[in-house]
Amino acid sequence: MMLLADILSSTLLFAIPLLLVALGGMCSERSGIINIALEGVMIIGALISCLILGQLNNAYQTACKMLEAGEGLSGWWALVYRLIHDAPQLAVFAAILAAALAGVLYSLLLAFASINLMADQTIGGTALNMLAPAFAVVLTWAIQGQGNTTILIPNWTRITVESSGAVYGAGFGQSVQAFFEKFLFKSMYLTTPIAIVLLIAVSVLIYKTRLGLRLRACGEHPQAADSVGINVYKMRYIGVCISGFLAGIGGLAFTVAAGSGFQSTVAGYGFLALAVMIFGNWKPLSILGASLFFAFFKIIGSYSSSIPFLPSFEGVKSSEYIYLMLPYLVTMILLVLTSKKSRAPKAEGIPYDKSTR
Amino acid sequence: MNKRGLVNVAASIISILLGMLFGFILLEIFNPSAALNGLNNILTTGLRTPEKFGKVLYTAAPLLMTGLSVGFAFKTGLFNIGASGQYTVGAFFALVAGIQFGLPWYVCILAAMVGGAIWGAIPGLFKAFFNVNEVITAIMFNWIGLFGVNLALNNMPKMLASFWGAPYKNKTAAISAANKSALLPKLGLDEVLNSPYINIGIFIAILFAIITWVVLNRTTFGYELKACGYNRNASQYAGINAKKNIVLSMVIAGALSGVGGALYYLSGTAQYVIEKTLLGMGFNGIPVALLASSNPLGTIFSAMFISYIQVGGDALQPQFAKEIIDIIIAVIIYLSAFSLLIREIITRVGAKKHALQENGKGADAK
Repeated sequence: MMLLADILSSTLLFAIPLLLVALGGMCSERSGIINIALEGVMIIGALISCLILGQLNNAYQTACKMLEAGEGLSGWWALVYRLIHDAPQLAVFAAILAAALAGVLYSLLLAFASINLMADQTIGGTALNMLAPAFAVVLTWAIQGQGNTTILIPNWTRITVESSGAVYGAGFGQSVQAFFEKFLFKSMYLTTPIAIVLLIAVSVLIYKTRLGLRLRACGEHPQAADSVGINVYKMRYIGVCISGFLAGIGGLAFTVAAGSGFQSTVAGYGFLALAVMIFGNWKPLSILGASLFFAFFKIIGSYSSSIPFLPSFEGVKSSEYIYLMLPYLVTMILLVLTSKKSRAPKAEGIPYDKSTR
Repeated sequence: MNKRGLVNVAASIISILLGMLFGFILLEIFNPSAALNGLNNILTTGLRTPEKFGKVLYTAAPLLMTGLSVGFAFKTGLFNIGASGQYTVGAFFALVAGIQFGLPWYVCILAAMVGGAIWGAIPGLFKAFFNVNEVITAIMFNWIGLFGVNLALNNMPKMLASFWGAPYKNKTAAISAANKSALLPKLGLDEVLNSPYINIGIFIAILFAIITWVVLNRTTFGYELKACGYNRNASQYAGINAKKNIVLSMVIAGALSGVGGALYYLSGTAQYVIEKTLLGMGFNGIPVALLASSNPLGTIFSAMFISYIQVGGDALQPQFAKEIIDIIIAVIIYLSAFSLLIREIITRVGAKKHALQENGKGADAK
């Protein structure tokens, strides 16, 4: 039972970055731009937000030491101390906003190259994917000193049972309550509820608003959209910016999930999110399903040794690799089974040229 | 070289110069006192000693192969992001042939071609028959290939260094200990350059580049592959079997990456390390190909260039992170997106001038 709570909790934790980034990719592709730079955008989002969290934590530790030494806190130190001590989630929220903003700014580079300059979207995206981790290493190296390029995530970012103040499943007895506490609070960060809100917001935006309709039109038939007075360039900029917003937050969500701090990488999650997006058929709810599915199989892989009913492959050394392959293999099989129904936005990847109208 | 080619080269050189300038500005920002020396290191380390030059050639060989692989796929309208997996599987096949079966180096390279080709064929088959985007399949099979190779190596005791008396359990055996005939010949170059890195790998890679160029530009087969890349429907209408060509393109691209893996690990200076992260060499093929606009002959120079500044980047430490080099390369590629536009403007202006002259002539005749 507790193992199940563990697995479900980790599944949710790892599904969140995939969900956010795949949604971002969807918004961009629905407007006609293939955002292959998601991996890079994630890294930049994670870099900026982790730098902020790290610096806040340093200031907080200094403030704590000053208090211990019996000094009074004033000005900046008092502010930081009160922020982290009383409302740590406010600081996390600020970091999330910074991640989103950084993601938007970084993805503007892609938007400029692929919309204004009509450059090949793969080329621009590849360049940005290469730039981001290198920039992150160089910057953290310069800030933290030689060779020390890991930014640790402070403890106070996690939402715990105590800090949330609520009781879950209390009416159902001790074991159910323990299950819920483990499921919800083993590793709960502010990114999770925010991701769920963003999922709803994006679904509404794409399907229920005028902006969403126009955005989709630009991904299907930009010439037709242009002919009824829709500014294709503007729509595509909006699509790419939304993808940067979501992928930036996704980068932070990945870093808190990975658990070992920011190390200038998101381990290919940006590319996996592209796969999840295609698997989810460019639809928000299907993307949610796809990311939970993929994350579940990934977690099964890392828990394989402690799940009793899984075959243990006696006689095979390092059989954990079989389980590590599992999510990728299962996704491939499902992609084949669903590929008949798969339908990408028609005009994605093609730069819009007014003169071809 | 025709005019178009000249414009391409000029655009690439402008991008490179701007990228270098950007890198220098970064050096100035992060550590002004060491910046000039840093730039000097980037630009001259590769030629400073014969040993360093040997290292440039040594890392250029696998880069050239993965660059060719990505470029070949680009030319045929496919994005081969799976070079990393193909490179890994190719390396695995080469090492198994060399260590487990004790075969000579040229057989190992053939084995690597087969391994890479199989891994390249998979995304091609999925695209041709199930309509699954090759980028997704390739990403998935990068991981499947990595984990599969690690699984296989862990279950082949003879492949591991520990079998041959070395203390490592997470590395493959050193070729020099297991089977000397699988080492790439050095032809005495190591003594000339006084560098343990140099071997004939770079010449093999250049040979492959020339063959690839000939196939793409001088054969009907290459023409058909390119035609499929430009317009799948039109080529099908013209009687070209598009499905077959998609698979063949990926098979060839995979084989090229696979050879890259063989060239790197048969050198005797590198051992395959069992890790859970994808090998970067496959991804570095993408900038190599882009910098050369996917031209196989251009790839020779872009691979040399990237290898050269990477060797220079190693000399940057500890004042700077060597990743400054990656930033420079990324900026160069980003700018090459601009240069597409520059190229278009140049050709457009050229065409306009031409049209004006034609009009002028017509008016005179009247």
